[in-house]
Amino acid sequence: MNVSANASAYVQAQSLPQLPAPSNTKGPIHWMRANLFASPANTLLTLVALYLIATTVPALLKFYVFDAVWSGSGRDACLSDKVGREVGACWAFVGDRLQYFIYGSYTQAERWRVNLVFLGFGISIVWLLWDKAPFKSVGFLFFFGILPISAWMLLYGGARAEFWFLIAGFALLAWTIWGDVSATRKGETGVFTRPESLIRYGILAAMLLFGLYVQVGPGELPVVETGLWGGILVTLLIASAGIVFSLPFGIALALGRRSKLPIIKLFSVVFIEFVRGVPLITVLFMANVMLPLFVPQEWSPDRLLRPLIGVALFASAYMAEVVRGGLQAIPKGQYEGAMSLGLGYGKMMRLIVLPQALRIVIPGIVNTFIGLFKDTTLVTIIGIFDFMKTIEASFADPLWATPTTRATGYAFAAIFYFICCWGMSRYSISVEKKLAAGQKR
Amino acid sequence: MKTIMTGLLAGAALALTISAAAAQAQRSTLDQVKARGVLNCGSNTGLAGFGVPDAQGNWSGLDVDYCRAIAAAIFDDPSKVKFIPLTAQARFTALQSGEVDVLVRNSTWTMTRDTTLGIAFLATNYYDGQGFMVRKSLGVTSALKLEGAQVCTQQGTTTELNLADFFRKNNLKYTPVTFATADETRSAYEAGRCDAFTTDASGLYSERLKLSRPDDHIVLPEVISKEPLGSAVRANGDSQWANIVKWTHYAMLNAEELGVTRANLAQSLQSNNPEIRRLLGVESKLGEGIGLTNDWAARIIRHVGNYSESFERNVGAGSPLKISRGVNALWSNGGLQYAPPIR
Amino acid sequence: MSMQSAPETGKASLWYDPKIRGYVYQALLIGAVVYIGYTMISNVSQNLARQRIPFGLDFWDSQAGFDINQALFPYSARSSYGDAFWVGLLNTLLVAAFGIFFATILGFLVGIARLSKNWIVAKAAMVYVEVIRNLPLLLQLLFWYKAVLEPLPRPRDSIAIPGGALLNNRGLYVPEPVFSAGAGLIGAAFLLAVFGSIAFYLWAKQQQAATGRIYPIGWLSLGALIGLPAVAYVVTGGPISFNYPAMGGLNVRGGITVYPEFIALLLGLTTYTAGFIAEVVRAGILAVSKGQWEAADSLGLPYSRTLSNVVIPQALRVIIPPLTSNYLNLTKNSSLAVVIGYPDLAQVFLGTVLNQTGRAIEIVGITMAVYLTISLLTSAFMNYYNQRMALVER
Repeated sequence: MNVSANASAYVQAQSLPQLPAPSNTKGPIHWMRANLFASPANTLLTLVALYLIATTVPALLKFYVFDAVWSGSGRDACLSDKVGREVGACWAFVGDRLQYFIYGSYTQAERWRVNLVFLGFGISIVWLLWDKAPFKSVGFLFFFGILPISAWMLLYGGARAEFWFLIAGFALLAWTIWGDVSATRKGETGVFTRPESLIRYGILAAMLLFGLYVQVGPGELPVVETGLWGGILVTLLIASAGIVFSLPFGIALALGRRSKLPIIKLFSVVFIEFVRGVPLITVLFMANVMLPLFVPQEWSPDRLLRPLIGVALFASAYMAEVVRGGLQAIPKGQYEGAMSLGLGYGKMMRLIVLPQALRIVIPGIVNTFIGLFKDTTLVTIIGIFDFMKTIEASFADPLWATPTTRATGYAFAAIFYFICCWGMSRYSISVEKKLAAGQKR
Repeated sequence: MKTIMTGLLAGAALALTISAAAAQAQRSTLDQVKARGVLNCGSNTGLAGFGVPDAQGNWSGLDVDYCRAIAAAIFDDPSKVKFIPLTAQARFTALQSGEVDVLVRNSTWTMTRDTTLGIAFLATNYYDGQGFMVRKSLGVTSALKLEGAQVCTQQGTTTELNLADFFRKNNLKYTPVTFATADETRSAYEAGRCDAFTTDASGLYSERLKLSRPDDHIVLPEVISKEPLGSAVRANGDSQWANIVKWTHYAMLNAEELGVTRANLAQSLQSNNPEIRRLLGVESKLGEGIGLTNDWAARIIRHVGNYSESFERNVGAGSPLKISRGVNALWSNGGLQYAPPIR
Repeated sequence: MSMQSAPETGKASLWYDPKIRGYVYQALLIGAVVYIGYTMISNVSQNLARQRIPFGLDFWDSQAGFDINQALFPYSARSSYGDAFWVGLLNTLLVAAFGIFFATILGFLVGIARLSKNWIVAKAAMVYVEVIRNLPLLLQLLFWYKAVLEPLPRPRDSIAIPGGALLNNRGLYVPEPVFSAGAGLIGAAFLLAVFGSIAFYLWAKQQQAATGRIYPIGWLSLGALIGLPAVAYVVTGGPISFNYPAMGGLNVRGGITVYPEFIALLLGLTTYTAGFIAEVVRAGILAVSKGQWEAADSLGLPYSRTLSNVVIPQALRVIIPPLTSNYLNLTKNSSLAVVIGYPDLAQVFLGTVLNQTGRAIEIVGITMAVYLTISLLTSAFMNYYNQRMALVER
């Protein structure tokens, strides 16, 4: 553009008249002036926004809090002509059905098993996510190794559960001891007595003791069929199975996609792009109706296992892309440094590149997990009773059929999902900030 | 990182073991069931009177009794059944894939299903027909007055096809509104999304119980289709298994015809009537012929009862549904239930 | 992938040769994939043969036998399964197109509002984004369908909307235009207005580049788009009449029916995706360096012009790639129609047709292929766009 400035119509030709001095630059009045009533248009926007807030918020509060029914044992408690006043949300319904929302139809007497799994899950989550928690590597072992196996054994039970429990416990114990032995052989000292190892042994010993106790004590745990599982239990199960499998597979796929080996790269790219190109529903349908055809008749997978596989595969592809972002962000010097030290590909990735790459992408991983957590609701479409489905199914109960039951149920679901997802996104933002601070230094 | 690698190895090992089991020798269904110690029965996800679990997970219903009767015949224990709730979409694939041994889930016997899906229908334990339910306040007394109506129905069922046929045949206009599950369909109807709700008549009565005000709704008199609901197994040439499933129903019918009930089983075993003696295996070896014991039918009666007992308990006078026997009466009473003789 | 301890030199060097190892790994991968693939295919064929399920697309032309309430071309129970597939696909594309249009508008508005200097507007936009993004879409769809649209009045008590439309729990009924002779002229006038506007836009841009004069493109185009057809309408003597919906029989008759399933899906997809687009827009605007704002300010440009002529054109370069992937997500998410019974591809084909035919492999395969094609086409467009942008940037 070769136009002189004063010829342009959109540039002021002469300087603007001076503005009067600001009246005051501090205090709430100034703040309101600057932030709410800066211009006529701005004032209009403020008024419109205020009007919207004034019409919605009090109505919501009235419905969900002031007019709500908090206790009762049936629909009569929530029907306005029975109670004789205007009735809002029917929280009594949620209170009455809470057990169902948490456990589904899981056998009443066996619910302590679910609680134990919830406890283990809670501990491992805090362990992994809390920055200052000690012995992270043990935490990883717990979350990715011990917890999934123990949880499945505990929840399902059955004749051979504790047998497998013992086998798994022994195998993991042998494996960690072997790792420590080889470390000692390489010249490290005090490997066995360092607190990390002690905790690891402690956990595994507890697992073995529990297996033994069940073996000699009360006998086998009764089987609880997966068809009875439901509610928050299933939601958490699907979400955590998704993360437990998708992270390792995602890393493998990301490495594959960045690999120099053409065939490995091709397979990774095809898998990732294929999965990312189709909706989760089609993957779930595939897992549900096609998976049984892919395996021999006798191996037909459990109905709950199918969506687990589907969700895990689906999440892996998304995780792979997140991890790939991290890998790309690692400067080339790191690779070259590792290579010049004589490290092979495996060691280079394991010791140098991945620890850095994964650290950068923690926010991305958490965001993927939020998406995964929200997507678990889709399993309702193939008839799995997750948290959302237990709520939806409860609306069919004539015992609680009132005009406000549905609004209450949805609000409860919304609160649950919002707390979980929003909490995770706050966490990811805080990590992001911490990482950014680290970068600046 | 180590743990991650272990996870990968474990995954690979799993994949290998799964694929290693590729070609295994085919065993008869009865042997599989016996080895497993439990019968896998495909049932409804919850249809009152036919197959429905209570809060403790105990199943009951006419279809459920059928499965219990099969288990009783095999194991002498009606509790050795695992009920696998199946949606309308999943039911046939579940049977095809071997996930269930038998499907007793108010599924209509049609030629297409019998000949193209790789499954075989065996015995009709309930003769049904499709009907309509509307609000009383709508003022409609016949399905022929549903011109311009919006009709809620479940997708992927014969119901959906019959509906199209009925309106086409009678030159009436309508708008279908379809949902994936029976619950969603009923819920939409109750919310007023549709004028009418259509499914099998038995289903209408059972779904009406779930409405918050059942008395505000009526079932229209027209029955627009034939819906023989029955049991189905895989069509894989395993005639022994098909016989067990088929004759379990016939045994219950024959027992009703011969007046053998749970209560009088002990006396009946002493009976001189040769037909009763053949049925209960006192003087026949028919049970062994289908891989069971000779007292197979006696076991069914002892644990489940005859057809009439099961019917009245689940859908008839002894149940909230209060459906009369109608076409499901014995042939000798003018109904359609007719069992070949056991001899 | 732990390393082998190295015993002797001769063999070890061969094993440590990265090239050779690469070949070995790839051979192993191919072996594994071929083996698994072979096992799966043989399992499938065994299972299919044992269950006597036919395989193939021969069902495509068979009569479907079921009706679908919303079809963009004449479809009846006499049509084929193939027709049902096209009905579903077109319905998917229809809701996706509307969804993309509205979500873009709402998303840009909310994204800009989040950066507004007005505190209350910014906070309200933030609350919107946080709530929408942290709740499952399925829950939101159920909310719109069950909690918002279902409680609308029955057809007899329809809400009359000015302009002759009716709203009830069976949907929105809008007047249907009926064209008679001469209506073509109105169409021609409209087309003329469209081309005229484009030409004017190009000319005005050129003028602006050359002289700096700014023409009110938006207003003039809008005027032409409305005015020309209006003039044509008057001149031809009003050849368009309307078929107004009215209560008749059990339901509203006449007019065009927009079913509540469509409305709920559209509302759900629009508001959900708008939450994500808003964040994309915000990030894009924030990515424009502060100097650009300050430069525009010092030139004396008003806020709206700074936004539309300086900031957004630069922000678009950052915005468009993630925006496209949000469009793609919206299209894929439209498959959630299954839960509220909107007859899209997933509901009609993956639901009803799969049930009626029992052809699981073929139908799931075709459905996946359709979505995959849409995705690949979109990525291809995105790559093309990125390349163009890179050229512009120089």
